[in-house]
Amino acid sequence: MEFVLSELCEQVMTAHAGRKPLFICGGGSKAFYGNRHRGEGDGHNRLDLTAYRGVIDYQPSELVVTVRAGTPLAEVEQLLAGQGQMLAFEPPHYGPQATVGGCVAAGLSGPRRAAAGSVRDFVLGTRLLDAQGRMLGFGGEVMKNVAGYDVSRLLTGSLGIFGAILEVSLKVAPRPLMELTLRSEATEAQAIERFGQWRSRPLPVSAGAWVAGGGTGDRAGGASAGTAVGGAAGAAGTGGATGELWVRLSGAEPAVRAAAQAMGGDAVDDAQAAAFWQGLREQAHPFFAARPLWRVAVPPTAAPLGLGRTLLEWGGGQRWVAADLPAQAVREAAARAGGHATLFRPADGAAAPADGVFHPLSAPVAAITRRLKQEFDPAGLFNPDRMVPGL
Amino acid sequence: MNAITDGGVAAEPAAPDQEQIVAALREAVPGHCILYREEDTRPYECDGLSLYRMLPPVVVLPETEAQVQAVLRTCTRLNVPVVARGAGTGLSGGSMPHPRGVLLGLAKFNRILSIDPASASARVQPGVRNLAISEAAAPHGLYYAPDPSSQIACSIGGNVAENSGGVHCLKYGLTVHNVLRVRMVAMDGEIVELGSEALDAPGPDLLAVFVGSEGMLGVVTEVTVRLVPRPALARVVMASFDSVEAAGQAVARTIASGIIPAGLEMMDRRAVHMVEPFVRAGYDMDTEAILLCESDGTAEEVADEIERMEAVFREAGATRLQVSQSEAERLLFWAGRKNAFPAAGRVSPDYYCMDGTIPRRQLARVLSAIQQMEDEYGLRCANVFHAGDGNLHPLILFDSNKPDEVERAEKFGAAILELCVQVGGTVTGEHGVGIEKINQMCVQFSRDELDMFLAVKRAFDPLCLLNPEKVIPTLARCAEYGKMHVHAGELRFPDLPRF
Repeated sequence: MEFVLSELCEQVMTAHAGRKPLFICGGGSKAFYGNRHRGEGDGHNRLDLTAYRGVIDYQPSELVVTVRAGTPLAEVEQLLAGQGQMLAFEPPHYGPQATVGGCVAAGLSGPRRAAAGSVRDFVLGTRLLDAQGRMLGFGGEVMKNVAGYDVSRLLTGSLGIFGAILEVSLKVAPRPLMELTLRSEATEAQAIERFGQWRSRPLPVSAGAWVAGGGTGDRAGGASAGTAVGGAAGAAGTGGATGELWVRLSGAEPAVRAAAQAMGGDAVDDAQAAAFWQGLREQAHPFFAARPLWRVAVPPTAAPLGLGRTLLEWGGGQRWVAADLPAQAVREAAARAGGHATLFRPADGAAAPADGVFHPLSAPVAAITRRLKQEFDPAGLFNPDRMVPGL
Repeated sequence: MNAITDGGVAAEPAAPDQEQIVAALREAVPGHCILYREEDTRPYECDGLSLYRMLPPVVVLPETEAQVQAVLRTCTRLNVPVVARGAGTGLSGGSMPHPRGVLLGLAKFNRILSIDPASASARVQPGVRNLAISEAAAPHGLYYAPDPSSQIACSIGGNVAENSGGVHCLKYGLTVHNVLRVRMVAMDGEIVELGSEALDAPGPDLLAVFVGSEGMLGVVTEVTVRLVPRPALARVVMASFDSVEAAGQAVARTIASGIIPAGLEMMDRRAVHMVEPFVRAGYDMDTEAILLCESDGTAEEVADEIERMEAVFREAGATRLQVSQSEAERLLFWAGRKNAFPAAGRVSPDYYCMDGTIPRRQLARVLSAIQQMEDEYGLRCANVFHAGDGNLHPLILFDSNKPDEVERAEKFGAAILELCVQVGGTVTGEHGVGIEKINQMCVQFSRDELDMFLAVKRAFDPLCLLNPEKVIPTLARCAEYGKMHVHAGELRFPDLPRF
């Protein structure tokens, strides 16, 4: 691995000397995410981390795994499963080639996020390859660590704009003793209300979603995209259209059984439930085939946004909207609700909004972000434009 | 009025004196918010770490966010450093005043602005006490999970600055995991919103780097915290072991078996003998180590988990097991652990509390090394340990009236922290670096890494006026300290995987 590392350092130093941009990549499963740059795609300017792979240390009783960035995410999850453990934030893979480095740099989390926390909540330490080709370590392998600023969590989800994550230590969690998924009929507004009621009670809820679509028919994988509300933006928008509320309980059997009794709804067969949550996590559920696809993050109690076909995750905190609306309209609705909107998957061939796929930053946050970029990567080598156009 | 100067620090020639600072601040805040007479400023000379003191030339206690903005703009214009302070319960000198600066107290920001049960969150001002949030949320069946030992007194603004933990953080997380949004004023007077009441915010995660930044990046004026439902029941298992190693093994086995206890604490023999006469919790005095392991949840869940915990402890060789049979008994079991610090104060004129974190598997190695150091430094040390997350609190007992004991205690403490780094841990788990552990930062981080911390600071505070000269050591300081110490580059245990 020393050789791979020295090659990576050399590539960065060469790019630094020539003031040439570098596009950091792993397996490419999340290449669609973020803003495009004109110079991308030319194989010569890719900083490919897939060769820097392997688990460095895994101590199940310490609840920590330390891996190189190019390690396939699936490999790590398999290793953890062998010890009855997991990555509690259920990161989406979006392809078998997904790497741990890409998972941390993209900062995306799956269905368990609202209950367990996001990627950054589980990042304990990182090793960074910076713009001068230096290797810098932040954080470590212990759960409580307040020595210096928490740069590791700053790097999480920063889409590589500050440098290349080489290694990462992640806190892991035991797999729940049992899981049970319940399904019931609800409108969007009813689902949001019910999630709110459950949130303040000691219930072992580990995921909550709502999918538009009538009835509770026995369709594997949940409602299909074409049913009842397809295109019925108005109806879905008022929260009046019926749909399915899915909630997953995780924990010790007595707690799960007692909660299921108290919450109501139909128990879903294990295989079907697993397929449904996997379908959300990997966006294999038919809803996610829509383009453009917006991701709107709002306070979970926000009323239905009325933007069009909607799928709720995270107990209402993450809302997927399949509607071809002007960016401005989606962003304004998100901002009114106290959140923000991302053009997660643009329509094929369509131009991205001029100010990028992400919600524009407030002036002071933009200023701090620019200065951070200037400090970490003054020559602007890493992933230009990916997070903020012009940066 | 007379300018107060500290004898040990030479003032820069252009630095404004006390009179000039007070005159300028009168334009920013009402007169009653400014303190400058020694009898008024003396209470602010130190935080919970009273070894380090500095009398502040001026203390300002603003009442509104606009006044905070005005104070910071004024100080920026005058090039005067600002140190923010919450309740002053910090244990690392993080809010020790600057000799030429303004101490900005946020005690008057003490209102809980709203509690929303449906989103399980609360908006509060920074001066609100940690425990007050849980008390206000209690009618909704909710509470704020991070519970540092000082929770009766410490403020949420200070918790944000220090990324405070507590005995329940293995299961419920630290401050960083329980804060959704921070509203702060940057040194230039700009209001900045970090995070949001949604589960994330656009751009890089500035909130994550702000939490635990020890007042060096901005002054908090409002916080939105996440609340969690109060469990129906909690019970604790108390287990005795005839060696620290066996207790450490029991901890590892508990975690490996898939249990995440609500709290998991260890006390060594000396700590047990120190607290038992003080609290009479019924601790086993004939044992080498005691574990307290808590389960919370529904009645069914707790019964099930307690049974599994007991089985693991029995298998790990527990010599005595006791499960709390009532809430009163649970609190009694905890009382000893929670009163370890006052108990230390009872058996020794002074004590010095350290705060290293280590990978748990290194526990026996570290505790036996600490035992050897007792002889080397001629001082006793009792150990309490957040065993679930590896956070060690050695309490060094000393007498400041005896010649050179303060110095020996400080050296003993420094040696413990360096040992923590050597076995793959860190110099501070939850108390912060402040001024206390600034030298040990040279041991844990390379110069390039320390420079990166300075870079982060400049991005938030380009003039470096907020709580300057704390946390991040200068090159000169590390060079001086390095003469006496081996850098992390030459590690004592090269066999350990680390990075």
